[in-house]
Amino acid sequence: MTHPLSKILEKRGLPGLLILALLILVVIPVTMDVDGINLTGRFLSFAFVAVGLALAWGYGGLLSLGQGLFFGIGGYAMAMYLKLEASTPEATRIQTTPGIPDFMDWNQITALPWFWEPFNSLTFTIVAIMVLPALVATLIGFALFTRRVTGVFFAIIMQALVTIATILIIGQQGFTGGVNGITDLRTLKGWDINTDSALVILYFVNAVLLLAMIALGMWILSTKYGRILMATRDQENRIRFSGYNVAYFKIFIFAVAAFMSGIGGAMFTLQVGFMSPSIIGIIPSIEFVIFAAVGGRLSLLGAVYGTLLVTYARNLIAEAYPEFWLFFIGGIFIAVVMFAPYGLAGLYQKYLRRPWERFLASRGWMRRSGNGNKTPPAVSGSPSAPVAPATETSK
Amino acid sequence: MAIVAMQGFAGLSFFSVLLLMALGLAIIFGQMRVINMAHGEFMVIGAYTTYLLSVQAAGMGSWAADYYILWAIPAAFLAAFVVGMLIEIIMIRHLYHRPLDTLLATWGLALIMQQAFRSYFGAREVSPRTPSWLEGSWRPTPMIDIPLTGLAIMALTIVVTLGVVWLMYRSRWGLRVRATMTSREMSMAVGINTRWVDRLTFALGCGVAGIAGAAFTMISSTGPTSGTLYIVDTFLVVVFGGAGSISGTVVSAFLIAQGQSILEFFLGSSMAKVTTLLVIIGILMLRPEGLFKSKVRR
Repeated sequence: MTHPLSKILEKRGLPGLLILALLILVVIPVTMDVDGINLTGRFLSFAFVAVGLALAWGYGGLLSLGQGLFFGIGGYAMAMYLKLEASTPEATRIQTTPGIPDFMDWNQITALPWFWEPFNSLTFTIVAIMVLPALVATLIGFALFTRRVTGVFFAIIMQALVTIATILIIGQQGFTGGVNGITDLRTLKGWDINTDSALVILYFVNAVLLLAMIALGMWILSTKYGRILMATRDQENRIRFSGYNVAYFKIFIFAVAAFMSGIGGAMFTLQVGFMSPSIIGIIPSIEFVIFAAVGGRLSLLGAVYGTLLVTYARNLIAEAYPEFWLFFIGGIFIAVVMFAPYGLAGLYQKYLRRPWERFLASRGWMRRSGNGNKTPPAVSGSPSAPVAPATETSK
Repeated sequence: MAIVAMQGFAGLSFFSVLLLMALGLAIIFGQMRVINMAHGEFMVIGAYTTYLLSVQAAGMGSWAADYYILWAIPAAFLAAFVVGMLIEIIMIRHLYHRPLDTLLATWGLALIMQQAFRSYFGAREVSPRTPSWLEGSWRPTPMIDIPLTGLAIMALTIVVTLGVVWLMYRSRWGLRVRATMTSREMSMAVGINTRWVDRLTFALGCGVAGIAGAAFTMISSTGPTSGTLYIVDTFLVVVFGGAGSISGTVVSAFLIAQGQSILEFFLGSSMAKVTTLLVIIGILMLRPEGLFKSKVRR
């Protein structure tokens, strides 16, 4: 006789997703005021990138130090649309050239640059947010993975690319808003995004999108594709000799990660009301990796918890002891790598999962897992058994 | 013409510091496969050591104030060497089998070191007084004006490069290093103490970065985050040159530094940087192994 709850609890990944949904859709909105909700929403928009990294890095073995690039594409696309909406000829009539964004006017630009034109349309903007990051990632992936550039070299090239992006944005301030970024974003199709109600609505949109992305990631990993991806990570040559073109597997997961990052970037812009190069540079890009590492690189849900934990900690510590923050984050980074390479999820897996499942089984909510000590294979996106990725030195 | 020559020479100073940084990284990353993101901070250790000694020397009379640089360079090397060895013992040696993780752990280390610099030296940039015999410039023709510090850095770079090449490829110790990095088991079997080889190799790489820091003080002022500005460039130099190849590192540092400073003249500094980086990435796509492929089978 099985308990009705067991239907849910025995599906790998599902209980974790439901608990996360409960936390971010119910617990946080109920217990926090609008500022807290907005702050959490901002943090959750970073979680998109961390979830993408868990997929690309944890499961695909592609450590990218430049995810800020894709976060930035999404964020800037959204910001460009909002800025154009805010720069109506009436609102900007004191400028030399009314109707263009203020920073362009300050830089003696008299007409809207061609690549800004399409961002007058919301439809185009949304399509751009969903397609551009993935497209750029596909191009990068195509150029690098088919040439078998991986591992460290890939990480460093991504870092160089994000450096290029920030230098370009800061250097071309007439077109991009420069180091200040694109600021003063107020309305979306006439809807004021700075009111309390708008912030709460945006928070929920953000949270639901994030859950959808995690579900998407879990689904991808549960398919045959996901298995081959993991196999590629661990034994690349064996997969290649089995007749698969491993480059395409990597390109796909990298594009998925970029797609998620782009949506996160757009949601960040909407909730914060600006976008600037300081959000996407080398340091933020590495912070995204910290989030995924703290959460556990093999866990999509862990990535969200890792993001929330690190960002909340920063908020608390950086406010109280600003000089202490770098010591703290640096220490966390070293500690996670040295003592808990699979992050929070790894710790859960090691110490908490067995007692928790025994508790559920004792209540009759879940069937006792009959296979004793055998750990299930790392298939789903739930905090899964730490499978050590093959080290590169073995080549 | 004169402008091109002077711009070229400005590139040479940049090349020197970049090369000194990259030499250390070529040892650590090229040979040991450790991705040391804190390499820039080891340079800053060298720079601050130089600064501290210059302050101390200023109190010792004009003779010391003029020649402090002679002992500041070995001191910078030593400081970075010792810190590097400690870091190896505490942290790096546990991570040799996980190269990508060294990247994360050393990034954490870099953050801690930056904050330590900031807490101790303050956020303001400092620079030691240039010794009087390095002030002024050399004028081969009336149009060309080459600062003496640039020449001094060049000389230092040549000496250090030759020293590193000798140490790695001509000395007994270098042979042991290369043997260990090629096949650890075999090296242990023939009686090489690989643990000490690792430790000294890592510390040597850090020490060379310390010398880069001493040179750096002569062309720029030092702040807590000076190191981070160089880290991306340095890694690209090593990767572009072909990891593990010292001659490749020299050539690629030269190409990158010269390319950047010549382009700077035509395009302005930000576009020059972007163009250089894009060209490097483009070439790396065509030759993922870098310019000079290391012939050692791994």
